[in-house]
Amino acid sequence: MKKRKERIDRGIKARSEDIFALSSYREMLYLLAPRAIPVVGLLGVAPFLNPYWREVFISTAVYALLATSWDLLISAGLISLGQSLFYGIGSYIAGILNYYYGWSPLFTIPVATVMGGLLCTLFLLPVLRLRGIYFAMVTLVLPLMFSRLVEATRILGGTEGLPGLTPFPNQLTALYVIDFALLAVLFGFRRLMASDYGLVIRGINDNDRSVMSAGLNIYLYKTQILFIGASVGSFAGAFGTHMDMFAGMPGFALDYAIMPVAAAVVGGMGTFAGPMIGAFILVPLSEILRALGALRIVFYGLFLVIFIVALPEGIFHYLQRKYHQLERWVELV
Amino acid sequence: MNQPLPLLKVSDLTKSFGGVMAVLNVSFDLKEGELLGIIGPNGSGKTTLVNLITGFVKPISGRVEYREKNITGWAPYKIVSLGIARTFQMVRPFYQLPAFKNMIIPLYSPRVKKLTGGKYGDRDAVALDLLEEVGFERDAHVAYKVAGSLPQGYLKRLELAKAMALRPDLIILDELFSGLSLAEVASIVPIIEKLRFQGITIIMIEHRLKELFRIADRVFVLNYGEKIADGPGEEVMENESVKKAYLGSETE
Repeated sequence: MKKRKERIDRGIKARSEDIFALSSYREMLYLLAPRAIPVVGLLGVAPFLNPYWREVFISTAVYALLATSWDLLISAGLISLGQSLFYGIGSYIAGILNYYYGWSPLFTIPVATVMGGLLCTLFLLPVLRLRGIYFAMVTLVLPLMFSRLVEATRILGGTEGLPGLTPFPNQLTALYVIDFALLAVLFGFRRLMASDYGLVIRGINDNDRSVMSAGLNIYLYKTQILFIGASVGSFAGAFGTHMDMFAGMPGFALDYAIMPVAAAVVGGMGTFAGPMIGAFILVPLSEILRALGALRIVFYGLFLVIFIVALPEGIFHYLQRKYHQLERWVELV
Repeated sequence: MNQPLPLLKVSDLTKSFGGVMAVLNVSFDLKEGELLGIIGPNGSGKTTLVNLITGFVKPISGRVEYREKNITGWAPYKIVSLGIARTFQMVRPFYQLPAFKNMIIPLYSPRVKKLTGGKYGDRDAVALDLLEEVGFERDAHVAYKVAGSLPQGYLKRLELAKAMALRPDLIILDELFSGLSLAEVASIVPIIEKLRFQGITIIMIEHRLKELFRIADRVFVLNYGEKIADGPGEEVMENESVKKAYLGSETE
């Protein structure tokens, strides 16, 4: 019997683009498998980790949230070097509500998510018209300003911060909270960008004049995206602050600004899954390298360079391409 | 009977870029249903004039009135919502997307929502209908092809269809014919004539004078940002200063 190779995705793509008219369980499996990986990976792995690695897992997930939020902003052409602004604002709002008013994390986190998103959007509203690197510079400067403001005026505990905040009941609860948040953000963002609304956002990034001439107010859309991105960042901050039982100046640290960018570049920009993968490689890697002591940063940097040189498109884009190119044997007729 | 009020009234519009007067004291009226051609040598301020009318550039002085409403300096999206649509000389579609997906953004516009009574409807279907109207053969599935794979002629038609999607009352076409073959131009002309028949007012900026004069009611000429002639096509070309602008003066 003569056989030839055929790409698996061709027929499925043609039939699943708009209406779902898949012809077999195998085709459904082809579409479902990649979507099942993050769900199983995030929810299934946790119980098998020891407390130390659970801790690493949680902080990785926090970075992953910041990275997906960064990725959403970049889809609208907003280059952010200020994920630490979102993180810091979210952490201080949750900290204040818990420390001064005694609110439980059940309320501080949602309130900090929305309020943080609103505040950060307000701070950045005046510079929303700036493009590219100019917008990036402002986002970089704001968190630095805020941390110096806290230091100089000694408000909100000054350099000491707000200690002794309410922790999560146990580690596993915290882990599942951040897991579900991450999954919601991942699938929600991917869905959003696949919709007609997402098309408009991509249009603003690609050719804003053509979107303006279509009668759409691009600043309105940019504001909405900024709000969503900042809210996710603030959620990460509020969550992290209850995790650490402390809100303070480290919330504005540069780590929270740089790591998301690195994760997105390594993982593949504009895909949301890519930055997540990037975070889940880079953060644990930095923990493993801890054993090397002072040489840690050298090796870490080396790994980063290797990733970027070997896969400049990003890990996710590479995997996606390979998955689409999968072939199967079919009989010649 | 009173003279009908002009649809668009531009008075003394002026704009400079770093000391260069791009548009200088340009005034003109446009009646409803008219087809006005704007011609002039390269760099004479034609595209700037379009940008001034559509709000992409703010003038130093002068007024733009549309249906007796002063729209000078308005944001582009507000001007579109009144019913003024434009195309761009340089087409830059989303090359990775199918042609009909490129139509989604104008169809997402609040103006379309308003005109369809609060419902957007099936945007993909509307997009395919509009593209068929401008010559994307439905049987050949051209509208489903990725924009990056289409020849320039189709991209220009796509640009026209994007403007038509906004259901404008005034449509400004910025060098729609540039870069097209004679046959392609000949196939687009009927589309423009059909728009006129529907009562849409049109401003065309063109270098292809022959084709323009055949369809335009009136033509005006810009040179160094100033209006130097105004009238029916052939008449305008007989004008001495227009000849000078196009061919250069004899004694220099």
